[in-house]
Amino acid sequence: MLKRSLSLLFMMVVISLLVACGSDSESSNDAADENASNEETDNNSESTGSGEGGTLEIFSWWTGAGEEDGLLALIDLFESKYPDVAVENAAVAGGAGTNAKAVLAARMQGNDPPSTFQVHGGAELNESWVAADMMEPLNDFYEEYELMDKFPEELIDLVSKDGNIYSVPVNIHRGNVIFYNKAVFEDNGISEPTTLDEFMDVLQQLQDAGVTPLAMGDKEAWTATQIFENLLLATLGPDDYRNLWTGDVAFDDDRIVEAAEYFKTILGYVNEDHASRNWQDAAQLVGEGEAGMTNMGDWAKGYFSNDLELETNVDFGYFAFPGTTEDFMVITDTFGLPKGVEDPELVKEFLNVLASAEGQDAFNPLKGSIPARVDADPSKYDEYGTDTMEDFQNSNLTPSLAHGSAASEGFLTKVNQEVNIFVTQQNVEQFIEKLVQAAGDL
Amino acid sequence: MKLTKDQLMAALFLAPSLLLIAIFVYGFIGWTGWVSVSNWNSLMPDMSFAGLKNYLYLFGDYRFQAGIRNTIFFTVLFILSVIVLGLSLAILLDQTKKGNAVFRNIFLFPMALSFVVTGVVWQWLLHPSTGFNRFLQVFGIQPKWYTDTNILAGFQWGSIEFGLPVAIIAVVIAAVWQMTGFSLAMYVAGLTGIDEELREAARIDGATEFQIYRKVILPMLTPITMSVIIIMAHISLKIFDLIYAMTGSGANFVTDVPGVYMFETTFRGNYYANGAAIAMIMLILVAVFIVPYLIHSRRGTS
Amino acid sequence: MAIRRIIKYAVLIILALFFLTPIYVMLITSVKPLSEVSLSEMWSLPSAIDFSSYSEAFTQLAPNMMNSLYLVIPATLLSAILGAMNGYVLSKWRFKGSEVIFTMILFGMFIPYQSILIPLIQFLNSINLYNSLGGLIFTHVVYGLPITTLMFRNFYANIPESMIEAAKVDGASFVKIFRLIILPLSITGFVVVAIWQFTNIWNEFLFAVTITNNNTQPVMVALQNLSGSQIVQWNVQMAGALLAALPTLLVYIFLGKYFVRGLLAGSVKG
Repeated sequence: MLKRSLSLLFMMVVISLLVACGSDSESSNDAADENASNEETDNNSESTGSGEGGTLEIFSWWTGAGEEDGLLALIDLFESKYPDVAVENAAVAGGAGTNAKAVLAARMQGNDPPSTFQVHGGAELNESWVAADMMEPLNDFYEEYELMDKFPEELIDLVSKDGNIYSVPVNIHRGNVIFYNKAVFEDNGISEPTTLDEFMDVLQQLQDAGVTPLAMGDKEAWTATQIFENLLLATLGPDDYRNLWTGDVAFDDDRIVEAAEYFKTILGYVNEDHASRNWQDAAQLVGEGEAGMTNMGDWAKGYFSNDLELETNVDFGYFAFPGTTEDFMVITDTFGLPKGVEDPELVKEFLNVLASAEGQDAFNPLKGSIPARVDADPSKYDEYGTDTMEDFQNSNLTPSLAHGSAASEGFLTKVNQEVNIFVTQQNVEQFIEKLVQAAGDL
Repeated sequence: MKLTKDQLMAALFLAPSLLLIAIFVYGFIGWTGWVSVSNWNSLMPDMSFAGLKNYLYLFGDYRFQAGIRNTIFFTVLFILSVIVLGLSLAILLDQTKKGNAVFRNIFLFPMALSFVVTGVVWQWLLHPSTGFNRFLQVFGIQPKWYTDTNILAGFQWGSIEFGLPVAIIAVVIAAVWQMTGFSLAMYVAGLTGIDEELREAARIDGATEFQIYRKVILPMLTPITMSVIIIMAHISLKIFDLIYAMTGSGANFVTDVPGVYMFETTFRGNYYANGAAIAMIMLILVAVFIVPYLIHSRRGTS
Repeated sequence: MAIRRIIKYAVLIILALFFLTPIYVMLITSVKPLSEVSLSEMWSLPSAIDFSSYSEAFTQLAPNMMNSLYLVIPATLLSAILGAMNGYVLSKWRFKGSEVIFTMILFGMFIPYQSILIPLIQFLNSINLYNSLGGLIFTHVVYGLPITTLMFRNFYANIPESMIEAAKVDGASFVKIFRLIILPLSITGFVVVAIWQFTNIWNEFLFAVTITNNNTQPVMVALQNLSGSQIVQWNVQMAGALLAALPTLLVYIFLGKYFVRGLLAGSVKG
């Protein structure tokens, strides 16, 4: 019996080995079919370390559908210019970047920085890596390549600390967007609201029509935090919204209480099962017409058109979060130069490709974001993209809290926690009190 | 004292493991303890002494209090259910000899699965809009399962409402499904170990089947129950993967537990010192159960 | 009496069905095309069997299955060998304080691993084993020691003392007794311990999710990530869950007896 069992066990091991090997070749074939142009990349990363021109390790969390394509296009572009350099794509999947950030933290603590890494502009860069004195200033780089006037000033401010610039923005996403179901709005004769009061009316109208007014998926708390930050922007206006993060506006300001009150009202209009959904599930409700609207960063646009196969401005529409029509909540991915990397000049070459209009136009249409440069080619972008590019140049740019740009990760963790509690308890007074307490961490 | 060659070899056999355990269990616990009284609450290590600041913060923290509350109710419900269900099934199997190997295998197989698999499946089975609710809706009940934010018999305690979080019941069901096999196997082994003559003797004395179980067999199973309690307690006090895969920390933290909080605050929020403090508290909670048990059971054997 | 019997079986059957429901749901969902996977049709059988979710789950999970395999095999073997060595000494060559040492080792089995996780990551990072299978193997060997030591100690306790004594009288040394008497008697012990460790390490999540990422992730982490991405494709997820569970399920089905023995041997006193 025992002998039989042992040989069985052995067989299983062998079988699973065979099966796994078979799948290995299968999956690499798939990848090759999907994107023949990636072959070059694959070959190069295999021969990592042997490149005569040195190696470049690019660290990011871009592993999803469009974003990975964008990154690979960018790497292709770089390799066509620097064929001797071995590029290593060190992307870490999972948790919308949280896994990658944990890995990055461990590597930085172990003095093993990647050549360059993805980081959101703002606090995520400035209050962590720059504050820990682990980043090289890029002022000379910006001057050498005449980049100062290629990005909006407010955006350069976002990647600067104490007069030094520390990273290069590659793309822009907008956080204060509401996506809505066109048919639902038309059937009920609703037009796009622009002020918070109009927004409240629309919520009520949809409620009366028997539709879930606002779809929310706060299985992860940041989606709710995003609604709150947009309300903060609406009640405070862009200047005081920015002052909030420097401590010049206190968290018990009347306008913040007002934002919390609006938040509470809005929570009365969301789908009942919000806690069991993520943002995609919530967007799906809008796509199916079960809900009227949802607030999400504009990466949701890619989800609507690619995954749900809905047509922009036909099946779904979009408008700026009411009360923030003149503003643009910025989420920007940037890349910097860590201290102690082997070949800083090579990294700068890469950053230059990343900063070029060519590089940004290679990356962004695939990723579904808009370029951070002001002079990119609009013809490469779809309807939503061109629309947003125009808004980007004509709006007040504000840093997003929910995505780590406005305040430190630590503060954000605490705000997410308080928002999670608020969504259930809806106790404004306690919420404000906790925010004031957490502000000590700013 | 001179060691014989055999004693030297014995020492060599043990040495690698002892060294590993000394460093990686005891040394690292000490290290974590040190982190827990440091100021390392940001990306870069800062080991300056902070006193009990991190612990005090936790005791006043809503999320931590909620996690402790959930752990208490989860542990109690989980252990009770596993014991009652495991014991009842073992007795049923004891009485129905025919086909009981098949049944036993069915009840035991979830043990071979990962908590992650369990979490993924039960997340769907107990989804508020599908799963078991498809059947329950016939009876007009639609529990919200793990999305329910109600606290049963709640009263204000610290900053939280103390009471049974309804959502935790969903997690208990999944955990019980997975772990009942453990207590069942223990009880089945215990029952087979009981001498048939003992039952025979009781029968001759005129005891009914029920009385035999209550007066003779159950008392003999007490040590097994103790073991089951200890093992289930240490699993439930440190539970992480099931919650992480099935529900996350939940709305208003109704399904949060210290294990998940520690993971998120340390590796996602970079509050290393706070995370270390949570870990130390978890360790103390487990040690309260385990240490007396270990001492007791060692004394029993030697 | 017959009625009682029927009731007993009825209870057993109902509970057995309850225990099998998750498997039923996993199976039927995993062979449905995506269009038939909806909240309202959860329980209904698929109109046609569609294995595409398996191929999709497999493409996504296969590299991680391999990682799990590369992780499980060495970690199981190493921890079993060390456990056998410890168990031998602690059962057959007891010395003053050996019980205390054993208890100290045993304690390592119960600690919440969160309480060693921060130093562990710092340590692995400093020896360049963070985010590598090597680091994870090492971790599982170290923290698997208490349970394997316990199992082997309990197992060897059943080998009669007289056999050892007789060998000693014949002048056999410590190592010789281990090699010629203990090891040949240990095959069942190794099977039990190996199955137990195989199952535990395969299913483990906390170390896996904190020590590895992407290319080095074992299958359970990949499975968890599968549920976090884009639209939740329940059919793919269920297929993935089944695939990830398959190795341990097979072990259970074919070697269930040893699995249960391991379970009992691991319960401290057994």
